[in-house]
Amino acid sequence: MSDKLINSGNTAAALAVQLAGAEVIAAYPITPQTPLTEKLSELIAAGKMAAEYVAVESEHSALGVCIGAASAGVRSFTATSSNGLLYMSEQLHWAAGARLPMVMCVVNRGVGAPWSVWNDHQDAISQRDTGWIQLFAKDHQEIVDTTLKAFRLAELVHIPVMVNYDGYYLSHTYMPFELPEAEAVKAFLPPYSYLHALDPGRPESLNTVTLPDARNDINGVKQGGYMDIRHNLHQEMRLAMEVWEEIDADFRQRFSRGGTPILDPYRCEDADFVVVAMGTLANQFHDIIDRLRQDEGLKVGVLALQMYRPFPTDRIAAALQSAKGVMVYEKGLSYGNQGALYADLKSALYPYPNRPRLHNFIVGLGGRDIRTDDLFQTLKEACRQDDSVAPEQQDPSHWIGLQL
Amino acid sequence: MPDPRFKILTSASTSGPGDAGRTGSWRVERPVIDLSRCTPAKTGKSCCHLCWLYCPDNVVSKAIEPVIDLEYCKGCGICAEECPVEAIAMISEEQFVEGGGHE
Repeated sequence: MSDKLINSGNTAAALAVQLAGAEVIAAYPITPQTPLTEKLSELIAAGKMAAEYVAVESEHSALGVCIGAASAGVRSFTATSSNGLLYMSEQLHWAAGARLPMVMCVVNRGVGAPWSVWNDHQDAISQRDTGWIQLFAKDHQEIVDTTLKAFRLAELVHIPVMVNYDGYYLSHTYMPFELPEAEAVKAFLPPYSYLHALDPGRPESLNTVTLPDARNDINGVKQGGYMDIRHNLHQEMRLAMEVWEEIDADFRQRFSRGGTPILDPYRCEDADFVVVAMGTLANQFHDIIDRLRQDEGLKVGVLALQMYRPFPTDRIAAALQSAKGVMVYEKGLSYGNQGALYADLKSALYPYPNRPRLHNFIVGLGGRDIRTDDLFQTLKEACRQDDSVAPEQQDPSHWIGLQL
Repeated sequence: MPDPRFKILTSASTSGPGDAGRTGSWRVERPVIDLSRCTPAKTGKSCCHLCWLYCPDNVVSKAIEPVIDLEYCKGCGICAEECPVEAIAMISEEQFVEGGGHE
């Protein structure tokens, strides 16, 4: 029997990691991730989880321990937020370049300075180019399901996976969710085995210095240089999208949930205008979409992006190319340029001749309240904006909710 | 198990001389063994071999008269540092170039 409970998003994540059978947990507490790691250490101390909890002095070490464990062929997990994620940054690149499968929950929080413990997406956005797969969950059920599927994805494609969920909005709120049966999860998630697992009987040199050119190894077999290895990571990250869809289809068959692994549309079928957002923000738009359709007669929908890296270029372009307008609402940006997701979307849509008009809104940085009325008004105005507005006036990112 | 569609390229190779490419060209100083002082060579017994043990590139042979493979030796000097009887000298590569004055 599956288990139905009402608990926090952090507890949902911890119970999913327990179900996934992670054997090494190394994490350093940071708000708002802390209750997740506390729950895991509690489960391990109570003998309810056959895993080693390695207490470390920093996030850099936490990921270092996971890199070591994954290299030894052990399923490993860590979690962090904000500056903790940034402290791991060097190791993030390493884990991806070494093709080490592991899963990390990132409980999204604004990055200092100034200090903020509240939610936005700048932590994840700033680490988008590390070679990690990045997934976003919108509710507690998605935290559970995405985490379970993430382990299978990481282990199939040998690329580490971040599961992002919003600090406080999800981490500390209580919501109902269902936990699948342990035996069913075991059948879904076969035991982990790493291609180059450390083995004293078969010594290997791993991640040694590569030269600019490919070279023959001591057996005369041609081995890639740095650029070839990195090109393979890039190509296989792109291919991981297909694997992610296959995993979701299998999960759906077993557990009757899923079906929207990359894009999750709400009322988009006939929409002239589509909002694109990640995480809980996409869910917040559901009521606004309903109101705009009912009160204003505007055909609007919202498309939640569930997979941020690899970026689903073709899928998202196909979903949006016939819209009249696309409004990107986001909680992270490339400072001095524009919203990060907005820039990605523009580049995805550029090749299409009838590409939609695009608008960018920055919201909720450092936990600034995202008022439903503000979303309603800005979206309504963007839908009604005159097409004759000069391109240079259409392009800027609009910050919503500023108080100074 | 990884998905068979994936190649999963990493820098992973069997350890051995040449593992990091033809690194002999990196050398600035060449280790030269004085066999009259070298313990296994002197005693005719398979012993000591600290040069073989410590070489980070695995290019010193574990022989009664140890031989250093100069194709791959980077000239790091660890063998000379570790040799307990100071039988290994690090000589500037200049000395081995024609007209360099040594030969």
